[in-house]
Amino acid sequence: MQVIRLASETDLTGWRAAARSLRSLGVAPEEALWTVDGAGGDLFAATATGGEAPMPPQAQQGGAPFTVPREFVELADLVVLHRSDERFALLYRMLWRLAREPQLLHIHSDPDVQKARHLAADVSRAAHKMKAFVRFRQVAEGDQTERYVAWFEPAHRVTEMVAPFFVARFATMDFSILTPDACLHWDTKALVVLPGADPADAPTNLQGGEDALEDYWRAYYASIFNPARLKTASMQQHMPKRYWRNLPEARLIPDLIARAETRTAAMVRQPSSIPDRVIRQVTRKLRDGTFDDQQPANLEEVAAMIQACRRCDLWRDATQGVAGEGPSRAKLMLVGEQPGDQEDLAGKPFVGPAGQMLDRALAEAGVPRDQTYVTNAVKHFKHEPRGKRRLHKTPNTGEVTACRWWLDHERRLVKPRVVVALGATAVTSVFGKALPIAGARQTAHQLPDQSQGVVTYHPSYLLRVPDAEAKAKAYAMFVEDLRFAWRLVA
Amino acid sequence: MATLSLKRKLEILSDAAKYDASCASSGGTKRDSRGGKGVGSVEGGMGICHAYAPDGRCISLLKILLTNFCVYDCAYCVNRVSSNVTRARFSVEEVCDLTLGFYKRNYIEGLFLSSGIIRSPDYTMEELVRVAKTLREVHDFRGYIHLKVIPEAAPALVNEAALYADRVSINIELPRDDSLNRLAPEKDVAGIKKAMGAVRLGVEAGAEKGRKARAPKFAPAGQSTQLIVGADAAPDGEILKRSESLYGAYSLRRVYYSAFSPIPDSTARLPLQRPPLVREHRLYQADWLMRSYGFERAEIVAEGEDLELEIDPKLAWALKNRAAFPLDLNTADREQMLRVPGLGVRSVDRMLEVRRIKALTLEDVRRLTRGLEKLKPFIVTADWTPGGLTDRADLRERLAPPPQQMRLF
Repeated sequence: MQVIRLASETDLTGWRAAARSLRSLGVAPEEALWTVDGAGGDLFAATATGGEAPMPPQAQQGGAPFTVPREFVELADLVVLHRSDERFALLYRMLWRLAREPQLLHIHSDPDVQKARHLAADVSRAAHKMKAFVRFRQVAEGDQTERYVAWFEPAHRVTEMVAPFFVARFATMDFSILTPDACLHWDTKALVVLPGADPADAPTNLQGGEDALEDYWRAYYASIFNPARLKTASMQQHMPKRYWRNLPEARLIPDLIARAETRTAAMVRQPSSIPDRVIRQVTRKLRDGTFDDQQPANLEEVAAMIQACRRCDLWRDATQGVAGEGPSRAKLMLVGEQPGDQEDLAGKPFVGPAGQMLDRALAEAGVPRDQTYVTNAVKHFKHEPRGKRRLHKTPNTGEVTACRWWLDHERRLVKPRVVVALGATAVTSVFGKALPIAGARQTAHQLPDQSQGVVTYHPSYLLRVPDAEAKAKAYAMFVEDLRFAWRLVA
Repeated sequence: MATLSLKRKLEILSDAAKYDASCASSGGTKRDSRGGKGVGSVEGGMGICHAYAPDGRCISLLKILLTNFCVYDCAYCVNRVSSNVTRARFSVEEVCDLTLGFYKRNYIEGLFLSSGIIRSPDYTMEELVRVAKTLREVHDFRGYIHLKVIPEAAPALVNEAALYADRVSINIELPRDDSLNRLAPEKDVAGIKKAMGAVRLGVEAGAEKGRKARAPKFAPAGQSTQLIVGADAAPDGEILKRSESLYGAYSLRRVYYSAFSPIPDSTARLPLQRPPLVREHRLYQADWLMRSYGFERAEIVAEGEDLELEIDPKLAWALKNRAAFPLDLNTADREQMLRVPGLGVRSVDRMLEVRRIKALTLEDVRRLTRGLEKLKPFIVTADWTPGGLTDRADLRERLAPPPQQMRLF
């Protein structure tokens, strides 16, 4: 039997050195006994005299070097901080097994792996809870204006592990965290780690004299609690009782629970209050109207009234109605299909990818965008959810017909000489019927209101054409059509 | 009116804030107080819950209202103008002092500040921004800040709020637009949606800018909202459809569901019956399935239906889709495995790792999950097939928890 004495409860370096030697020497896990100096030394001394002499780890050098997965080292880093007595033996057993089973760590269902992961998870949780449940008290000490001290009892030996967290968070603060395992002292410049403190040695003001703000904290804790939804099991799962004695707010818990039911009953019993006359009479926006009897007098009214449009159901899932944009006397009007994801959020037509395509083509065709009125056949974004995105959906004839009322008003108010319908939906809306785009383009179609209609592709169609050659060709036709429309205007 | 002590104000204004379920401090940009003049850090990723109240809710932030004076009259809200609760108002300095005092004692991760509407939406929003600005610029506070956005406020103010805050939120509160009209007459759905849309555009533009230059980040932890469950007649399917459309349209990080809870000084416009807390729980489960398990809302619940209260939505789905089971855990792909009731993301990922080395047996599955018996009807392993178990007519009874006497309140 080999007895290994480690320097401290968390002596990972000592463990690594000893474990490396033992494995090289072929000492099986059952043959190794791990102990910590000063902790239960007597018990193991007896065993040691019965077996071989204790092996000081630093004396054991040599043996063939070997490697272990990085993941094992990371796991060991956490496991040694656990208070379990079997941690060093477990780690050595795993190290031993890794020689024959290099994939061991991936077999999460292996009892040793599972055990080690559980210990590591306990340690991580203890570290997290320490970050959460340390409570500082402000103490007055000599000429220092602000100094903070905390007494804390972590579930595992995580104090040094979480030190960087507190230093990063309270770098400008003079603080100490005392625990039974180790004490941290930070003076805004350097961290000093000293051995653990006895609760009896903790500064008296931690037991006695209170920090005035603790009372405010308790007031907050009591007020933020909703007595109508008591879930004490859930509270205890996340805030185990072992932490309560160092939490200033925990002393309120029994009373809050005890009074919860009566408080709730009182709220429910209370007669509903009658609104007093202070309530302002708020004029409600006109809702659920079709506006058929109210003609918008100008483009501003169109934009405002579209927000309340209920002519079809598309408004429900859309952010807002998107009216057209451009000079009120533009000679050229471009009509697209409907706002897309970006247009819906921004409230402006053609600002997304299709809009950028349109801008490029307009520039190339020599059409000044600021002299055109850009709008859509349908004013609300029709889409369906696909995962976390919104997928464009083509509006149906009913929706196009319902929304045509708005386009007709835009045309009546702007009085463009030429209206360009971009894509099939716009064609249906502008002409009142479907036309084949390939056959109808490059022709001036007379419209009933004395303007001329031009037909071309929708810019988002150009974005979707898969093969590069066809795309270039479609784009060239698109530019040609815009140029044709601009010539008609002149 | 007698002057209220700061402690009394804190009681009033935190009591008034408790009906907002959100208290998350997650998703901020990683930063700390080193090299600064103040305190504070954000670790990125998950936040920290510094305490739990007996209602089981996490206390991560100092969640308070700047004031509970309000000109609005939302029926579900304890602070509505027609309620007779005691009113109070913090000064900007008082909020800063409390936040920093609590923070330095490690009580909190930061501040979650909301407010009743005083004078005007713009004025209220300006006050909220002033608190955040003071904390950041005067005190160099680097902890977490969550600001409530007043949807009717000017877009420029909302943008400014998003520059100081880690997260912003706008509560929709009621799943149905017409109930919002009825119960919160001054609130306007269209205004809320537009403000959310503007925040998403800001976050996206900020993300683009962030890649090029170190500009102040626009609400790096994104936005969230809250829906109250059971204050109107909307069934769960309709509530989830609303969430689905909100997640898609505004890239929300979270939708919080808050079971309508009796409030002091209630109005006759509200239902007397309050929904069981388990309904809220089922909604969160369904929401989780949509966000992390690849389920579409329509698979979980139809628009006019409610979720089952007795069993969780994944089990309910599996019972209705038995043809998809039993699933061979040694060959199935990840997406399919995530649909097995009782298997979580973590268990599935570990199984995938193990099965690259050895075939999974029932014993492996037992070690990697909680509750093997409930899994058995749905899975096949190297040494197990459920046979006729999957299709048994009484499978539901076997898996559902035994009926419990509901607790009376």
